[in-house]
Formats: sequence, C-alpha cells, structure tokens
Amino acid sequence: MDSERLKYQFRNFSIGSLLNLFLLLVAASCLFPLFWTFSTSLKTQSQVFSDMSLIPKAFHWENYYLAWTEGSFGVYFLNSVLYTICTVIGIVLVSSLAAYAFSRLKFPGRNLFFFMFLAAMMIPLPGSFVPLYIVMKKLHLLNTPQGYVLCMINVGLSLSIFLLKTFFDKMPTDLEDAARIDGCSKLGIWWNVALPLARPALAVIVIFNSLTVWNEYILALIIFDDTRFMPLQVGLSTFHGEFVTQYPLLMAGIIITVIPILLIYILLQKHIVKGLTAGAVVG
Amino acid sequence: MKFQKSTLENYLFILPAVVIFSIFYIYPFYETFNLSLHNWNGISASRVFVGLRNFKEVFFQDRHWWPAMGHAGYITLIALTFQNALALILAMACDRQIRLGKFYRLVFFIPPVLSEVVVALIWKWIFEPNYGLLNFWLANLGLHNLAREWLSRPETALSCVALIHSWKGFGWGFIILLAGLQTIPQQLYEAARVDGANSWRRFRHVTIPLMIPVFVLVSILTILGSMQAFVLVYQMTAATPALGTTVPVTRILNAMREVQPPRFGFACAQGVVFGLILVILSFLQLRLSKKMRQA
Repeated sequence: MDSERLKYQFRNFSIGSLLNLFLLLVAASCLFPLFWTFSTSLKTQSQVFSDMSLIPKAFHWENYYLAWTEGSFGVYFLNSVLYTICTVIGIVLVSSLAAYAFSRLKFPGRNLFFFMFLAAMMIPLPGSFVPLYIVMKKLHLLNTPQGYVLCMINVGLSLSIFLLKTFFDKMPTDLEDAARIDGCSKLGIWWNVALPLARPALAVIVIFNSLTVWNEYILALIIFDDTRFMPLQVGLSTFHGEFVTQYPLLMAGIIITVIPILLIYILLQKHIVKGLTAGAVVG
Repeated sequence: MKFQKSTLENYLFILPAVVIFSIFYIYPFYETFNLSLHNWNGISASRVFVGLRNFKEVFFQDRHWWPAMGHAGYITLIALTFQNALALILAMACDRQIRLGKFYRLVFFIPPVLSEVVVALIWKWIFEPNYGLLNFWLANLGLHNLAREWLSRPETALSCVALIHSWKGFGWGFIILLAGLQTIPQQLYEAARVDGANSWRRFRHVTIPLMIPVFVLVSILTILGSMQAFVLVYQMTAATPALGTTVPVTRILNAMREVQPPRFGFACAQGVVFGLILVILSFLQLRLSKKMRQA
C-alpha cells in the first residue's frame, strides 16, 4: 500500500517537473530571440561575424545613436508615433460618435448601417488593396501621411464601433437623461457625459488600435514610396534590403521598434489581451 | 418638421464613419469584383471587359496560383496541429494553480504583440547560414552536417517559415483556450473523479465536449490567419516560386506591383477567389462543429 502511494507520488512528481521544464523551455523560446537581438545590437559589425558570445565583451551603445541618425530610425520612429496618435484620435472620435448613435439615437436604417460595419469584420478580402490603391491615387492620397492615417482609421473602425456600442448598450442612461433635461444638446451629451463614462471601453480601443497601427506593414508598403514618410516597420524592411546589412544597426532598430510595445504590453497586459482577443474573436 | 430635423441630426453622428467606410472599404470591395472582370494596367484610361477570363486563368492556367494555395495550406496545417496542440498543452498546464503562472501568461503573449516584420528579421538573423546562431550551435554540438542554408533551400524554407509562424501565433490560442478552460466548473471534474474517472477520461469526457466551441473558434482564427500569412514569408524568404514559398497574398501583390505591365484585373480576380475560399472554409468549420456537438 505504502509503496503504491510512493509510486503514485513519484509519478505525479516527475510528470509535474517535466511539465515545468517544458513550460520554462517555451517561455525561454519566447524571450531568447529578443535577448539575442539586443545582444547583437551592442556589438560592432565585425564582432557580429566573429564573436558569438551571448553577452558582448564591450557594450557599443553608440549603435543606437547611429541607428537613430544614420539609419534614419529616428525619422521612422517619429513617423510611427505621429501615425499612431493621429489614427487613434481619429478612431476614438469617429467610432464613438457612430457607436453612440447606434446605441442611443433613433433613425431609419440604423440596424442596416450597423450590420454593414459588422459584416465588414467577417469578410476577409485581401484582394481589396488593389482598388484601395486606385482610390488613394485618385484622391491624391498616395505617399501622404494623411492618406495612410485615413486608411488606418478605416481599418480600426468596425471593431471599435462594435466594442463601444456593446459598452453603451449596457451603460445606464440616467446621467444622459438628466443632462438632456438640463437642456444639453446631443453632441454635448456625447462629449460631456457618454465619453467620460465609456473610459474603460475607450482604453481597450486606444491600446488595441495603437498596437495595430504601430505594427502595420502591408498598407504602409503600398502607400509610401518616399522614405521621409515611412513608419518603422517599412523602415526596418528597407534597411535590411540595402547593400550589406549593418546588423548591429538593424538590431538596434528592431529594439527601438519593440521597446514601446513591450512597455505598453507589460504595463497594460489586461487591456491588451482583452482588446486583441476581442479583435480576433469578432474579426 | 421638427422630427425630420432631429433625425437629420442623428445621421450626422454616423456620417464621418460612413464616409470613411464608403471610400476605404465599400467602394474598394465593389471595385474588386468589378475589376476582376476587366483587364487593366492601372494607368491607361480604358479598361477592357474580359468577362470571366481572369477567373479561368486563376483556376486553370496560372502555374503559380494553386502551388501558392498549397504552401499557405501547409503553413495552416502546421499551425492547426503543432501550434494548437502546443497552445492546448500550455493552457491546460496554466489552468491549474502552478508556480510562475502569471509569468507564463505574460511571456507567451509576447510573440503575438511583436510585429511580423520584427519577428521575421529576428529569426532570419538566427537562421543566417554563415553567422547565424542556429548553425553555430549545431556546429558546437558536433552536428555540422545538420547546419544548412535554412531559408534559401526549397527543402527547408517553407517549414522554417511555418514553424516561426506557429511560434508567433501559439500565444493567441493559449489565451483563448485558457479563458475557455477557466469557464468549466470545477465541480464537474470533482464529480467525474468521484465516479472513478482517471485523468485521461476526465479530459476526454469533461474537458473536450465542453471545449468544442472554443476549439472551433481557435481553428477558424488559425485558418483565417494562417492562410493570409504574408509578411513572414515575404520577409524571411522573399516568397519566390523557385523556393516554393509563394502564398496567395504574394501572388496578388506580384500581379499588382511586380509584373510589367501591372495586371490589376487579374490581381482582383485572385483576391475574389481567395476571399471566397476563406469564407467557405470558415463556414465549413462552423457546420462541422454543429454536427460534432449534436453527435
């Protein structure tokens, strides 16, 4: 009896430690590539090809300065920041206006319009960037920051409207009613009452869309020819394609691209996971 | 009269969204279908109506289309099996109270928050044939003959990309499966244990039936995401036919950007075919799951 139990405990223990080892290995596989990138970013170009040590002997922080200036990652970084901020502000304003109307206001065709936005999330059409390119060309928006921002606002619109409408539907209307009785206009209620109350949903939308814009590549590739306007993702890929790759600078560029995302992710993990899974589940 | 003014005012709330959506989504959507029936190089003023000829070419004449679908299918298959099995094992491990549970939850979702370009460039550097870490480690372990040009050989290129695609994606499945597992009431497991069910039977008869809707969701997301994989393939291997790493999206971009003169109509026809295949696949998946739940 005793040996039976011992055997059972041993089996449980060994399965448990195997599982722990496995979890640790997978976690290491997630972290190590980033660590190796960071390590490479601190070496010199010649060390990169000769010295495979995980921790470089001397830390060449100047690579970051060079990547920022000569590698143009400073320009790309500021572009990405600008596009992200503009797109997110645009999405918050446009989608919250629409979501508020879909939830609170009455007008003919309300459900039809809402269904239209919903359907857009369900239907994948990768081919539509051909006509998108044509539209942008016709409107003289190719190779312009405002064209890219408008495009990205459209990308985030459907999901944001959907999330906000769901939130508004669950939100009690008491405060809005009170504001209406006090003579507040519809627009005033939206701005002064509904938006502040919707802060939790807005947080998810802001974070989710920031990530999307920051990481977006394919539309930026299609829209921008001019390096002055390129965001980080396109900047990274063109940097890699040119001449002999300056690996330390490329890796520094990658770290520059990744740090804001990692910081936001670690600080706001819950919101991000909520937003991304909502996005995946609906999209 | 007053009613009309107020209704008009209500429309103003959705106006910005509808305008942006019409220009950047609805019109391109309509134009994709329209252009797919024409030949057009994107520059000349006239489009030539060719009926369904572009579609005939996609289905029967283009040498590259079906291989590209096959490559995407291969990436999808690896993601459905390897990636999702990994995600399920990890989710089941983290569903119990284990040490470092929060840490794992944080770390497993790091690859999904990185951009595809970043992931591609990092792994391309690790796979680099002469100075990359992978071949260096293989050599150090005495496995010289295993070292190779991973991303520039047709035998290994696609598999490497599929593997990295799964690495980038398993965190999604992990999070969604874990959320699903946590909705299963603990009492069900207790009851099964009291009835003498061992851990395999508990998994087979409690976990699996309750998780079917979540499995379906994860599978649909995996299929849609993997079939449309593009940036990883393109950045890691340049997606050339010789390497056997073309995918549908690179074919569409090829017809649009790389062929001279550009073939916008043909690119749109490919897009329509591809979109339809994706919609059909996810419907089939939903149908199948309903049947499984009834059985």
